[in-house]
Amino acid sequence: MALPKAKTDATEARLSGLSIPEGGAAWAREARQDALNRLTGMGLPYRRDEYWRFTNPAEFLARETPRAEIALDAPGFEETDVLRVVFTDGVFDAEASDDLSLEHLEIERFSEAVTKDIHWIKGLLGVLETAGQNRVDRPLATFNTAFAEDGIVLRATGKVSKPVHLDYRRSDDRAEAVLRHVVRVENGADLTLLESGVGAARLNTAMEVDIADRGGFHHVRMQGRDHERRAATHVFARLGEESTFKSFTLSLNGMMTRNEVIVTLKGDDAVAHVAGAALGDGRDFHHDDTVFITHDAVNCESRQVFKKVLRNGATGVFQGKILVEPGAQKTDGYQISQSLLLDEDANFLAKPELEIYADDVQCSHGSTSGAIDETALFYLKSRGIPEDKAQDLLVLAFVAEALAEIEDEDLAETLRLQLAGWLERRR
Amino acid sequence: MLNIKGLKVKLEEEDKQILKGVDLEVGAGQVHAIMGPNGSGKSTLSYVLSGRDGYEVTDGSAHMGDIDLLELEPEERAAAGLFLAFQYPVEIPGVGNMTFLRTAYNAQRKARGEDEVSAADFLKLVREKAKDLKIDAEMLKRPVNVGFSGGEKKRNEILQMAVLAPKMCILDETDSGLDVDAMKLVSDGVNALRDEGRSFLVITHYQRLLDHIVPDVVHIMADGRIVKTGGPELALEVEKNGYADLMDEVQ
Repeated sequence: MALPKAKTDATEARLSGLSIPEGGAAWAREARQDALNRLTGMGLPYRRDEYWRFTNPAEFLARETPRAEIALDAPGFEETDVLRVVFTDGVFDAEASDDLSLEHLEIERFSEAVTKDIHWIKGLLGVLETAGQNRVDRPLATFNTAFAEDGIVLRATGKVSKPVHLDYRRSDDRAEAVLRHVVRVENGADLTLLESGVGAARLNTAMEVDIADRGGFHHVRMQGRDHERRAATHVFARLGEESTFKSFTLSLNGMMTRNEVIVTLKGDDAVAHVAGAALGDGRDFHHDDTVFITHDAVNCESRQVFKKVLRNGATGVFQGKILVEPGAQKTDGYQISQSLLLDEDANFLAKPELEIYADDVQCSHGSTSGAIDETALFYLKSRGIPEDKAQDLLVLAFVAEALAEIEDEDLAETLRLQLAGWLERRR
Repeated sequence: MLNIKGLKVKLEEEDKQILKGVDLEVGAGQVHAIMGPNGSGKSTLSYVLSGRDGYEVTDGSAHMGDIDLLELEPEERAAAGLFLAFQYPVEIPGVGNMTFLRTAYNAQRKARGEDEVSAADFLKLVREKAKDLKIDAEMLKRPVNVGFSGGEKKRNEILQMAVLAPKMCILDETDSGLDVDAMKLVSDGVNALRDEGRSFLVITHYQRLLDHIVPDVVHIMADGRIVKTGGPELALEVEKNGYADLMDEVQ
């Protein structure tokens, strides 16, 4: 079907002058060229796309990289023993990074991996992204496959003793970053990946995560203090038998953030939990969580738990889908998306969807938005707790259910403290 | 300690007068009971004194010592030494009971210009008070009032009272929903706090609570006014004859 002219024009305008990175191995060039072809075919998103109804993609598509003030680097996981991998303005920063070696882990720059004639990511790069285009186009991810030059490639072959921390830093107020991460968790292996930091004036990250049978992947991400953040992120995951995928994102501020998580449960008895908390203050806050979970095996469990706290004209969006393929019996799917609107100016837009082609499944979804509980607020105040502090306590309580999705209690506490700090600064 | 003069209160949202001129004086160390039929304005009085939204004071005054209560925010009234034990203690999922109590305790200390107390010292203090009320440590770890039985919720109110050590305690229908044993436990908790410097205003529908917490003075409230005042024997009279007889007599 021919694309609308407005879309074709916008796509051509954005892509003109861009070419896929040079110097990769033949397979990498092929994957990138294929992505570019697909991208031209589907076109970049525009406002009239159903999938972009609540979030204006224009911020991601301007030809010029917008300028964004360099905020203080949000401290990221400083209390945690990690293997630190730093990207400054979207480029791997060897100087600032730890030595890239850890037991049970192969770790390599993406830019190097794609130059090798034989590499395990050959069967993965762009493959999960392509599979993730089922039902809806995700052109920004395809854009990433075509143009990303740097990123990290991780292969866990056993239980990795400490988390890998992707620490995004900035030095340039017009930095544009397109980062691609590729992860493979082998049979029975286990890996925790942390992400934090400011990254770029405009950031496009995509991550493909392939989890083999009985593998475990834990992802905890903080999107911090940069008000002028424009970030479009994608995580594509494929889960093998009895494997586990858990992803949590805490987002504070950010004028335009779209986080998409696309998970396919491919092996029986797999478990996927995707959760997040976003707190926004002001008209220049727009945060979008878009999740798509496909059950394509028997007896799998998926959970989506998203909480948003909004005020002063801030906007939160949730689009969450559970697709149960024929034969995916004994599916247990759960989805909850809630917002706490601290005043009447805040906006919350939600689109929960279920699409089910199996008959022995259990799926539930719920979406609520509400104001702060005045009775609870009075109760706290009547005990001597000042209004602002009482409100913070209730906000933390509201978010607690999402934070509880983080398995590692120390990491959960780290995020809780970030959150409490943000609330205090925002009074 | 508590001095209420000609207090008139209407609902903010509608033109409905609830309190039509309440006069009440509770001396230091005294226990006063307010009894009355449903809808007489007993609970409204407790909410207005503690500063809940939704009420408009149209006339009169309420002082605690020389503090004008009606001028203060609820948290300021609490820091000044006022405490309301709720008829329906509020469940707050996600906020730990201990966190809640410590935040309240330290906020009050801070408001009074005192140093905050460390988590360890506070834990010790609470454990001691909890033991007296037969509240086990597990309950302290749970979210505020979530999954508590009726009796546990009321005991938790008394625990907060014991920890925060207020000067003026208002107990709003603390006996409602309690069985005999729970009522005894709660009453013992309250009695243990009776002190020369601490006053109580016990609001109740039934006389039975006053068998355990013996008041110095009993007031009968009806239609937004205090219509009769007497000693503990007044409560017994109500128990025996009901409010209807009393109302007839007053009119």
